[in-house]
Amino acid sequence: MANTPLLKVDNVGIQFGGLKAVSGVNAELHQGELVGLIGPNGAGKTTFFNLLTGVYVPTEGQIMLNGERLNGLAPYQITRKGISRTFQNIRLFGELSVLDNVKVAYHSLARHSILSSILRLPSHFSGEKEMEEKAIEFLKIFKLDGLRYEMAKNLPYGQQRRLEIARALAAHPKLLLLDEPAAGMNPQETRELMELIAFIRKEFHLTILLIEHDMPLVMGVCERIYVLDHGQLIAQGSPEEIRNNPKVIEAYLGEEVS
Amino acid sequence: MANINRKKGFWLSIVLALAVYVVGQVLISGEILNSFYINTLFFMAINIILAVSLHLIIGITGQFSIGHAGFLAVGAYASAIFTMKLQMPFGVALLVGGLAAAVAGLIIGIPSLRLKGDYLAIATLGFGEIVRIFLLNVDYVGGASGMQVSHLTDWTWVFACLLVTIIVIVNFTNSTHGRACISIRENEIAADAMGINTTYYKVAAFAIGSFFAGIAGGLYAHNFYIIQPTNFGFLKSFDILIFVVLGGLGSMSGAVIAAVLLTIVSAFLQDYPETRMIIYSLVLVIMMIYRPKGLMGTKEITQFFTKKRQGIEGGESDGKHTAA
Repeated sequence: MANTPLLKVDNVGIQFGGLKAVSGVNAELHQGELVGLIGPNGAGKTTFFNLLTGVYVPTEGQIMLNGERLNGLAPYQITRKGISRTFQNIRLFGELSVLDNVKVAYHSLARHSILSSILRLPSHFSGEKEMEEKAIEFLKIFKLDGLRYEMAKNLPYGQQRRLEIARALAAHPKLLLLDEPAAGMNPQETRELMELIAFIRKEFHLTILLIEHDMPLVMGVCERIYVLDHGQLIAQGSPEEIRNNPKVIEAYLGEEVS
Repeated sequence: MANINRKKGFWLSIVLALAVYVVGQVLISGEILNSFYINTLFFMAINIILAVSLHLIIGITGQFSIGHAGFLAVGAYASAIFTMKLQMPFGVALLVGGLAAAVAGLIIGIPSLRLKGDYLAIATLGFGEIVRIFLLNVDYVGGASGMQVSHLTDWTWVFACLLVTIIVIVNFTNSTHGRACISIRENEIAADAMGINTTYYKVAAFAIGSFFAGIAGGLYAHNFYIIQPTNFGFLKSFDILIFVVLGGLGSMSGAVIAAVLLTIVSAFLQDYPETRMIIYSLVLVIMMIYRPKGLMGTKEITQFFTKKRQGIEGGESDGKHTAA
């Protein structure tokens, strides 16, 4: 392809002691794509996310975002470069209100310093006001503005997932990583989630990489799918190709008895 | 509307603060309080400063530090050196005490804040002990026999320091920077993933907390006529920790209330030094059984007044939400 990919993962791997959790993964994500990442439990999908977001530093290969090398950057730096994520097990700031959860994601865009906040200079008030307005705007998009003063831990599960996605988006990512967003959701909630993902993708011109076990969801929304097994990329292609790929079937169901 | 409320709250706090100051000053200069009560009052204010400064580190940022007496000691000795050896004015000495403690906070914070939970607690405990042993062996500050300090602490200084401490920490907490710290307490991995420079904020909170502990140290040193390394042992650290835990982790007003109550309790138990620690411990045990979240939980006193308004506002938009 002519244009440079948004994300280029080049032969990336990580080793924990003697265990190769992920090795030799190559992937490319282009602007605006919605790509799925699937694989059996323990295949290394979340580890791969952790590599992309800087939680782990890859022991081999390199990760490039818009041609910029990300290896070795701290997670908060990578977030500021434009990769944001949600977590498999929800990690909201439970004791903070819904509104404050989103405001935290806006923090890196705040220009007022600690000193101006302590002295309550005008820049503090204007900065905080701007954050508040933007955060409320965001909550409206996600239909959470009615709950803005509720503590995040008191929200029902489905709305916690929603809030986590809202928070990730508030950090203004170019690439959004969703780690099993539909886990624990009922079919109705999953359907709403699919609509939400399609909506935010259009609205924010996002590129999305999605880990998911819910196959109808993955097959339904993703344009391309990568399949990981035992830390290695075993297949990639359109949902149709993946569905008929013997290697994938083998990884999920085991080898055929001959 | 919010603006008017904010202004009203601002002036109300100023009037309230002035009133407290004037009442204190009248009580002291009118000789209505005897020296025991005056001393208790000063001690209470110093304890509040300590409690609030540790609250920023433990309650807000969630970094379990139990070496706060170390910063108190650094502030106490640094300010005492400035007044007694270098003949500097008290105000300068207080500031130097605070800055010295903040520098100590940076030095200890940058390496040890990589540690989490129990490990950080042990590292800070170790720091407190190092400071104590170090002071014990330095002849310049009198070693074990301690250092003579003149009595310079008065109500004006105590009150001014207390006020500044509370204002700074409240303003810090109620800003995006405070929220960044709370997000670290709530979930460090998520905070990191949201673009918060967690190391920076942990160190910043630690340095601000130690700065005020150092100020408290200056006031403490000049309130008695002598300071000795034994005043700053780990039991002192635990005293401060107890204010924060008893008040409720995450609640500044809780820490203040706990500091006030426990100062009174321990002042009146001073005549029974044998039973003092027993009663003190009993209070804690009972507290932890019946109110494990502390006196205030994570709530602040002001929330009891604003709750109503917010409740109505929330209710209205809730209604809209369901109708839509």
